[in-house]
Amino acid sequence: TNSTIRVSVCKNGISNGTLYKKTFIEHFEQAPMYVAVLTFLGFGVGTIFGYLRDFMRAWGLEKRNVATEREQQKDFVPLYQDFENFYTRNLYMRIRDNWNRPICSVPGPQFDLMERVTDDYNWTFRFTGRTIKNVINMGSYNYLGFAETDVNALKTVTIELQKYGTGICSTRQEMGTLDKHVELEELVARFLGVEDAMVFGMGFATNSMNIPALVGKGCLILSDELNHTSLVLGARLSGATIRIFKHNNMQSLEKLLRDAIIYGQPRSHRAWRKIIILVEGIYSMEGSIVHLPEIVSLKKKYKAYLYLDEAHSIGAVGATGRGVVEYFGMSPDDVDVLMGTFTKSFGAAGGYIAGKKDLVDFLRTHSHSAVYATSMCPPVAEQIIRAMKCLMGQDGTTQGLQRVRQLGKNTRYFRRRLHEMGFIIYGNDDSPVVPLLLYMPGKIGAFARRMLEKNIGVVVVGFPATPITESRARFCVSAAHTREMLDTVSTADVLLKLTSDAKEVGRSCVSVTLNLSNSSLHLFF
Amino acid sequence: IIRLLFSKTYKLQERSDLTPKEKEELIEEWQPEPLVPPVPKDHPALNYNVVSGPPTHIIIVNGKECINFASFNFLGLLDNEKVKSAAQASLKKYGVGTCGPRGFYGTFDVHLELEERLAKFMRTEEAIIYSYGFATIASAIPAYSKRGDIVFVDEAACFAIQKGLQASRSNIKLFKHNDMADLERLLKEQETEDQKNPRKARVTRRFIVVEGLYMNTGDVCPLPELIKLKYKYKVRIFLEESLSFGVLGEHGRGITEHFGINIDDIDLISANMENSLASIGGFCCGRSFIIDHQRLSGQGYCFSASLPPLLAAAAIEALNIMEDNPDIFQTLRAKCERIHELLQGISGLKVVGESFSPALHLQLEESCGSRENDVKLLKRVVDYCMNSGIALTQARYLEKEEKCLPPPSIRVVVTVEQTEQELDKAASLLKEAAQSVLN
Repeated sequence: TNSTIRVSVCKNGISNGTLYKKTFIEHFEQAPMYVAVLTFLGFGVGTIFGYLRDFMRAWGLEKRNVATEREQQKDFVPLYQDFENFYTRNLYMRIRDNWNRPICSVPGPQFDLMERVTDDYNWTFRFTGRTIKNVINMGSYNYLGFAETDVNALKTVTIELQKYGTGICSTRQEMGTLDKHVELEELVARFLGVEDAMVFGMGFATNSMNIPALVGKGCLILSDELNHTSLVLGARLSGATIRIFKHNNMQSLEKLLRDAIIYGQPRSHRAWRKIIILVEGIYSMEGSIVHLPEIVSLKKKYKAYLYLDEAHSIGAVGATGRGVVEYFGMSPDDVDVLMGTFTKSFGAAGGYIAGKKDLVDFLRTHSHSAVYATSMCPPVAEQIIRAMKCLMGQDGTTQGLQRVRQLGKNTRYFRRRLHEMGFIIYGNDDSPVVPLLLYMPGKIGAFARRMLEKNIGVVVVGFPATPITESRARFCVSAAHTREMLDTVSTADVLLKLTSDAKEVGRSCVSVTLNLSNSSLHLFF
Repeated sequence: IIRLLFSKTYKLQERSDLTPKEKEELIEEWQPEPLVPPVPKDHPALNYNVVSGPPTHIIIVNGKECINFASFNFLGLLDNEKVKSAAQASLKKYGVGTCGPRGFYGTFDVHLELEERLAKFMRTEEAIIYSYGFATIASAIPAYSKRGDIVFVDEAACFAIQKGLQASRSNIKLFKHNDMADLERLLKEQETEDQKNPRKARVTRRFIVVEGLYMNTGDVCPLPELIKLKYKYKVRIFLEESLSFGVLGEHGRGITEHFGINIDDIDLISANMENSLASIGGFCCGRSFIIDHQRLSGQGYCFSASLPPLLAAAAIEALNIMEDNPDIFQTLRAKCERIHELLQGISGLKVVGESFSPALHLQLEESCGSRENDVKLLKRVVDYCMNSGIALTQARYLEKEEKCLPPPSIRVVVTVEQTEQELDKAASLLKEAAQSVLN
């Protein structure tokens, strides 16, 4: 195919010698032009039909399925503007059955889905009562396979649950610090190789409640374009000035740093109090890994602080699962604030922040979560403790290391297979998050539904989580997947023939039109 | 004229007239503040209480065994065997974590069941679950109220509400705590503003955010008057029931049952399951028209992993217990009234809170000048009590972040499990402590 490939191969960093100890290859292929044109065409057709349907609904020609306001409150100011919900009503509703699929088993490498059907084109769902068994799970963030129900593995968790119960009913600073939390924090600090750590009950809340404690007015936040909502919310709540640099683009970051220090705050030209750089270890929608060595050298040169969010990368990359810091062979002292979550690789819930003792002491006293939010519940803390001990090898087996290695093997195998088949995959070769580009809006629904028919559960994402032309299916490789499962998934992709083939593109464009006009046609005939 | 046309124009001196050498110097000279300011070693929050074992009725704090008057375990469900066995069963079936947000295979059948049960219990159409109590109200408010909308909020609102309001970027108007006259004055002012600009008024949404039982002051909001104001000035009401859910009302349905108000009159009720239900997480309930919107635009719902199933199963079992034994609410109310009476008349300390509120505050009658000294005095009272077997705690706030900082106080929490002797013992200890420390 005549596509332009933009591959960034970074072997040498800035000025002094090799910053990268191994080859760092990331692919961001651009699709051919006709794909972009047809994608816009697909959205255009959808929008026109959307206006048509709205018109028919307003004139009573079509049934209104949406819940409406109370009679007594009809003269209040409307709660939702019509235009805000246009996308939800008309485009999202048609393919809504691909999200929020309920499951009824452990989210391991295979799971059981509850079968749902809709009688009225996705406005309401009905459970038939049957379950679809043993669907291959390519959607859950189960990187190291710790989401398991093996009785031996969960023995300590069962004991702690019996001893402690499920709740805490208090905040960290009042009566909510249990000995389990102290144990967990020491373990996390030892695992990461830092002085001290603090754990919180929810990963999203870790970011949104601690960034405002660290920075305030008069500080500058430099955040990557594709940062997660929790980082964006934390940055906005802090009141500091936010400037965005292009994704993984070090020149853009350096220019922003220089301008910030030289010109100071926007109108008064006072010096900034602090500059903090917010990045993620692995970006969940792109699958790319942060260029850590370059960022660290920039940060040292310009005296900024670095906040690294390792939600997806802790446990998943690195020779022993210590995250991107180990992956690049760097020391954890280079990063000022190490943040991560336990939801993804450890099969539990919650988040942590680790770093120097001063930092963690400050957070113990000034974090919003320590004063106003409940602490982590004990059985969940025990699950993290046992998973971490397994990873560190402290439980006497090498199971932890095996899991990390298996994940690495699975990742590379899966990516290689998909690449050989000619799909456009984004991201770094070593990241277990594999986005497969679909582009067309019609393909989003078709891909997810047909994969489910073949007993494979995938996650598809479109606008607004991704740019409008770049809808994708995202696979999450797990250490618990066997080679046969990965083969099944990749051959299913090939059988669906979603490569950039002109015939298929034409066919899928027609299927978009038919799909979207389906219910309108059925009105007329 | 020709001279003016051809004369050199003065360009505004651009700052990029700095030479590269000057830029390098600026970069060299700039020194940032340290990432975190140093924290003094004796900061009260650094030396917190470590609890060994579960925080139940008898609690082991810092090695001493005490009776727990500090955890919000109102219905005593933290220790309940049925709840624990429901959680064990769920652990065997589902493991611990959900490994995904609700949209991407993180929805389990227990979540759907819990949402249905909560909606049925509160007699609303629909309910939505969040995986963290703080995030519930902090995500619910910004989902509806955007920049340009107006929110009237009570001064004593808790921190989670304040953060939700800050994230929503709406115009915030504070009214004095429980003062309906002040609120009406603000609403009238808004009405006159509206008449000046009717087009804008037609699209600005208005909300009132109040709590059922205020955490900072221990009293209830006057809900019937609020409903009247709602229909008169056309504002929507968001009610935060973290403390009153499972406490007020005949069957524990909260403040709407307590005042006998039709639940459809309240637009959104939000509560967290961390107090009465002894689980983790929070929920919002109301009509489908309102709740369904949060499934796509509640940030804490869409972008965060869902609640671990064992906690959801524990919450369902706790709801079962609440439904089967409606007399625990009466028992709890009787105990609250008893301790409220017993604590009156302690020299130097005054009781703040309604007689049926299970979370009371004890404040100093006269402050000794600075907040720090007040805090130290109260700490001595608390230490005295802890040494004698009653576990109490001071109410903690972030001093610089709160909009209206409440005065320092000791938090006293009443639970169903405390016996009358223990209540008497606590009251007499507090009297002794106040005598010895404050005199």
